[in-house]
Amino acid sequence: MKIITLVKQVPDTWSERRLDPETGRVDRAVSEAVIDEISERAIEAALALKDADKSTTVTLLTMGPAGALDALRKGLSMGADDAVHIRDDALQGADVTITSRVIAAALLRRPWDLVIAGNESTDGRGGVLPAMLAERLGVASATGLDSFELTGGAAGGDLVGRRSADGVDEVLRLGFPSVVSITERMPDARFPNFRGILGAKKKPVEVLTAADLGLTDLHPAVSVVSVAERPPRQAGTRIIDDGSAAAALADFFASRRLI
Amino acid sequence: MAPASLIDTDSKFDPDDLELRDAVRSFCDNRFRPGVSEWYETGEFPVREAARELGGLGVLGMHLTGYGCAGSSAMAYGLACLELEAVDSGLRSLVSVQGSLAMFAIWKWGSEEQKAHWLPRMARGEAIGCFGLTEPDFGSNPGGMRTFARRDGDDWVLNGNKMWITNGSVADVAIVWAQTSPQGDASGIRGFVVPTDTAGFSAPQIKHKLSLRASVTSELVLDEVRLPAAAVLPGAAGLRGPLTCLNEARFGIVFGALGAARDCLETTIRYSREREVFGRPLAGYQLTQAKLADMTLELEKGMLLAIRLGELKDGGGLKPEQISLGKLNSTREALEIARGCRTILGAAGITGEFPVMRHANNLESVLTYEGTSEIHQLSIARAITGHAAFN
Ligand SMILES: Cc1cc2nc3c(=O)[nH]c(=O)nc-3n(C[C@H](O)[C@H](O)[C@H](O)COP(=O)(O)OP(=O)(O)OC[C@H]3O[C@@H](n4cnc5c(N)ncnc54)[C@H](O)[C@@H]3O)c2cc1C
Repeated sequence: MKIITLVKQVPDTWSERRLDPETGRVDRAVSEAVIDEISERAIEAALALKDADKSTTVTLLTMGPAGALDALRKGLSMGADDAVHIRDDALQGADVTITSRVIAAALLRRPWDLVIAGNESTDGRGGVLPAMLAERLGVASATGLDSFELTGGAAGGDLVGRRSADGVDEVLRLGFPSVVSITERMPDARFPNFRGILGAKKKPVEVLTAADLGLTDLHPAVSVVSVAERPPRQAGTRIIDDGSAAAALADFFASRRLI
Repeated sequence: MAPASLIDTDSKFDPDDLELRDAVRSFCDNRFRPGVSEWYETGEFPVREAARELGGLGVLGMHLTGYGCAGSSAMAYGLACLELEAVDSGLRSLVSVQGSLAMFAIWKWGSEEQKAHWLPRMARGEAIGCFGLTEPDFGSNPGGMRTFARRDGDDWVLNGNKMWITNGSVADVAIVWAQTSPQGDASGIRGFVVPTDTAGFSAPQIKHKLSLRASVTSELVLDEVRLPAAAVLPGAAGLRGPLTCLNEARFGIVFGALGAARDCLETTIRYSREREVFGRPLAGYQLTQAKLADMTLELEKGMLLAIRLGELKDGGGLKPEQISLGKLNSTREALEIARGCRTILGAAGITGEFPVMRHANNLESVLTYEGTSEIHQLSIARAITGHAAFN
């Protein structure tokens, strides 16, 4: 089985994050860029399939600036076989219509059976990219899976996935090729070991531009008009209970029309 | 800011080595740091599990080549020791004994069969090794050892006791150093690869330790232990055999002890900024600042010495007296730093809630094993004066 895992580099959730008010884009200077945790889980899901069947290959694919190579290296050190890096200054600030066109074009360049992505990135949080890819490629998709397994081995089997939402547990079955996205309920990513880290440098990374993919007229469907930072929080009101706290609280709620 | 970064020591390292270091750091923080205080308190360290995890990561015998070992630089090995010991000296001891003493002895002095049989399993952490040199009556002067290997036909028969042997009770294989010369000639010392299930071998655990409690320490009892001719390490003759291995492990300790010091200092800087005394942060008082500044200085100086020794080792020319400088400095200063940090933490410093007193207690062992601080002073002084105060 040939698997392609989508990888995104994002600003570290644990550090300060900010949008550039001029461009409305992520300000990459203020926070460290790391591989998105959900991407790591997606890689883990692919590698677990590779563990079970050594003939499985795992290719990582990212669209991102030069520094996104670090995210690919991390995934390669975990055990992926090779990677594709779509890197083009013209793609900065791409919206999801552009991103899905570009990634779909890249996916058309090589054979694969399964694309695994995270359900949504921690920065953009659109959550629609996997479905858009499936639509553009005309293949089946199942999004937001909490777990999945392959039935019937590598050849000719199906993928059976499970997801739950709003009190309903769903079981989905789909054939190949297909696109799935996974949630945080999937297992934690493995730690890369020394062999993986040292070996990752020698694994091939194909670098592609939009032109390489035959895409020239890329226009966003949505553009950000303005970004304004939320005003800093006001100091709270402290109510000291000297017998009047209940009334003070009630007044506070009433002033906010909460009661 | 992290004390070890004031002079940007990271810029001295190869990016590959830093990547390995970062991998060890995040692995240790994730897998070992949460449990270590409990292991220390109960004196129950899950050695087998830890060995498998460390083997999976690739730390065991990482600086050796072939046989499933990662083949890293010596510097990367040092940095890994630093990160391990930042969690606990017991964890680093496990890695030192496995990789630099037991595996190294086989890798350096062993036969092809011994290497092929033991090293890959030891690298994966599936087989645990120990290293038996010290005896109840012979610590700093191992040349006087009484453990004796008698020739009986092609076989060897070992009798004697080893003391203070890390991982003795949990080991699958013991590297045992024994005298073969009836006259007690140091040149008669040989190393033996002893599977611990050999009849006559036992390893009672030493209890009631107040230091290195997250590490297993044992006695080895050899009572008519019969081994085939192939059990002897063919490459090792005389004290050079074990001492070469000790120098490998000591190199790791040069970096390791500084990891414990770093952890103490980082903990203490954080604490002193949050702790208010007389109405303001403890970190703002000049006495505290002088302590923190001096400790940071010692840590940075220690790092520079360690890095220099790493360069020499990767260049292939590290001399014993140079290792002595590093082993003496790192352990002595780390212990001073741990104690200094303890004072800043006040009463909180004596609890297991903070790692500081645990590190301080551990460092008492680290100061003593792998050559006591006094023995390293003697080795340094022998090199600079030409007079040997011991032999
Ligand atoms: C937790 C722990 C784990 C250990 N693990 C191992 C292991 O895995 N394998 C192993 O073989 N050993 C191990 N050891 C043993 C360790 O290497 C010895 O304890 C060490 O070599 C010192 O020997 P000793 O304890 O017999 O002290 P001694 O040699 O009796 O020394 C006592 C004191 O005398 C001083 N002294 C000795 N000679 C001189 C001299 N010529 N001039 C001045 N002062 C001198 C010493 O510096 C020390 O202060 C371990 C020890 C500990 C505590």
